[in-house]
Amino acid sequence: MAILEVRDIHTYYGNIQALKGVTLEVEEGEIVTLIGSNGAGKSTTLRSISGLTPPREGSIVFRGQDIAFMPPQEIVRLGILQSPEGRHCFQRMTVRENLELGAYLRRDRQVAEDMERVFDLFPRLKERERQKAGTMSGGEQQMLAIGRALMGRPRLLLLDEPSMGIAPILVERIYETIAEINRQGTTILLVEQNANYALGVSHRGYVLETGTVALADASDRLRENPDVQRAYLGA
Amino acid sequence: MGATVQELLSKYGLIALLLVLPVVYGIQDLRDDGNLAGIANNLFDGLSNGAIIALIAVGYTLVYGIIELINFAHGEVFMIGSFTAVAFWGLIGLGLGSSVIGLVLGLLLTLLVAMATCGGMNVMIERVAYRPLRGAPKLAPLITAVGMSFILQNVGLLWLGGSPKSVDDLIRAQDDLFTVIGINVSRADLLAFAVTVPLVVLLTLFVTRARLGKAMRATAQDPEAARLMGINVDTTISLTFLIGGMMAGAAGLTYALYQTTIWFFQGFQAGLLAFTAAVMGGIGNLRGAVLGGLIIGCIQQISDNRISPSWTPAIVFAYLILIMVFRPQGLLGEETREAG
Ligand SMILES: Nc1ncnc2c1ncn2[C@@H]1O[C@H](COP(=O)(O)OP(=O)(O)OP(=O)(O)O)[C@@H](O)[C@H]1O
Ligand SMILES: [Mg+2]
Repeated sequence: MAILEVRDIHTYYGNIQALKGVTLEVEEGEIVTLIGSNGAGKSTTLRSISGLTPPREGSIVFRGQDIAFMPPQEIVRLGILQSPEGRHCFQRMTVRENLELGAYLRRDRQVAEDMERVFDLFPRLKERERQKAGTMSGGEQQMLAIGRALMGRPRLLLLDEPSMGIAPILVERIYETIAEINRQGTTILLVEQNANYALGVSHRGYVLETGTVALADASDRLRENPDVQRAYLGA
Repeated sequence: MGATVQELLSKYGLIALLLVLPVVYGIQDLRDDGNLAGIANNLFDGLSNGAIIALIAVGYTLVYGIIELINFAHGEVFMIGSFTAVAFWGLIGLGLGSSVIGLVLGLLLTLLVAMATCGGMNVMIERVAYRPLRGAPKLAPLITAVGMSFILQNVGLLWLGGSPKSVDDLIRAQDDLFTVIGINVSRADLLAFAVTVPLVVLLTLFVTRARLGKAMRATAQDPEAARLMGINVDTTISLTFLIGGMMAGAAGLTYALYQTTIWFFQGFQAGLLAFTAAVMGGIGNLRGAVLGGLIIGCIQQISDNRISPSWTPAIVFAYLILIMVFRPQGLLGEETREAG
């Protein structure tokens, strides 16, 4: 059974319609990617799932519960955490404080353990523990944003363009870590413009065009699709 | 060459600027009296006066920090705090004949009531006048803030009339308690510090250590990211208004006891000074607001006593302008605000 089912959602920014009926599914344990060009509606889809810009129509069912009209904090409580586009680290707080805020809703005692786990995944963050997020490089802030989302013990992790503005060598490292996070049992919905990396790491993919799903298939088949190659893989 | 001069100016110019008044009048004291007692007393009174301004300034800065709104009604919340305090202590029968124990307990109770009233009122103001305009252009809530300010001023006007009203001098505010190194410490001074210091310390601890305090800082820095952490941003904003209002309520009681005169216009005057203090210290910065309040208190006292009370507003604002020219972000403000 799918852990997340998005059915025909329509999302608006004021009068501007950004999503014109998006439907997609994520199965437990999968990495699913959402690719598409600028303005296709990838971020808006993630924002709708997180409750930042709730859809006006349609439904979003997470583990059997309709979350489309829940406030963001309830959605986080259910276990959907997002590393947003542009990272959005708390600039004037330290790395450690940022990570602690990722666990804001948690009351259990394993927070310290999870922080160690994040430091294992991103040793760079351990070195920078007491540094203010705003003084770190873009790549380091990206690691922090992912680590911060992990601190909430996600059942579903939403990643919005983890490769944006980062040197290729570091992108590769971040993608290895994403695969590792998934191997450790976290389901991931990944948004990317960099389709090469995204289709490399994911099991299935959706291609978004102007607010609707244009194509849905297994990732390796999408990589061989001539249309996808022309439009998104620069072939 | 030009760059180093500018750097030196911005670093030491500011300190020099702040020291001009005390040094000039200190020298004058030494020449005339042979000691520094005069200027020392001015500065000490300035600090105790400034402590009240600081309590109000904290409310401006917290609210600005979290929703980038200048809550023009904040000065009026403080005024209502004074009115409520005086009405309440009358209600429980505090008067010039009350025993010391009765007075202390009664005033503590009055403090709680004033803080609760103003905190609650500030939360309501946000709900009614600012929250519905959250998505609107910045100018809209600014105008409703001005409107709220006038409405509350009129409430004060209807409540106690248009002229200053003197209230019972419950603590015999101007009596000196003791003198150290030539500084006369009055009961009013002690009161101002006894209220302000613990409150500011508690507030600082709350904002830096408590879970909700961290939520406040997170919301101030990046509301959208705060939402993604599971922070309820609406609740956090309400909490900010609650705390700011509570500080204004405490300032209201302190002011009534300290000045022994209250009137509907006090909120505008003190509010303007407190807002200036918040800007001077770096708006959005808690320690900055306190520092700004203390500095303005001192400038005010020196000007009132040494120059002329009628020059005081001009001198305070001349200082504000000079400080802003040297440091546009305020004394303790961040160099830049991060994007998004
Ligand atoms: N805050 C906003 N106000 C108005 N319109 C918006 C807003 N944010 C996004 N849009 C519009 O919604 C559409 C989808 O935007 P979205 O950010 O979801 O695209 P995207 O696929 O994530 O693009 P990118 O790859 O550039 O991040 C675009 O047409 C965009 O202009
Ligand atoms: Mg996007």
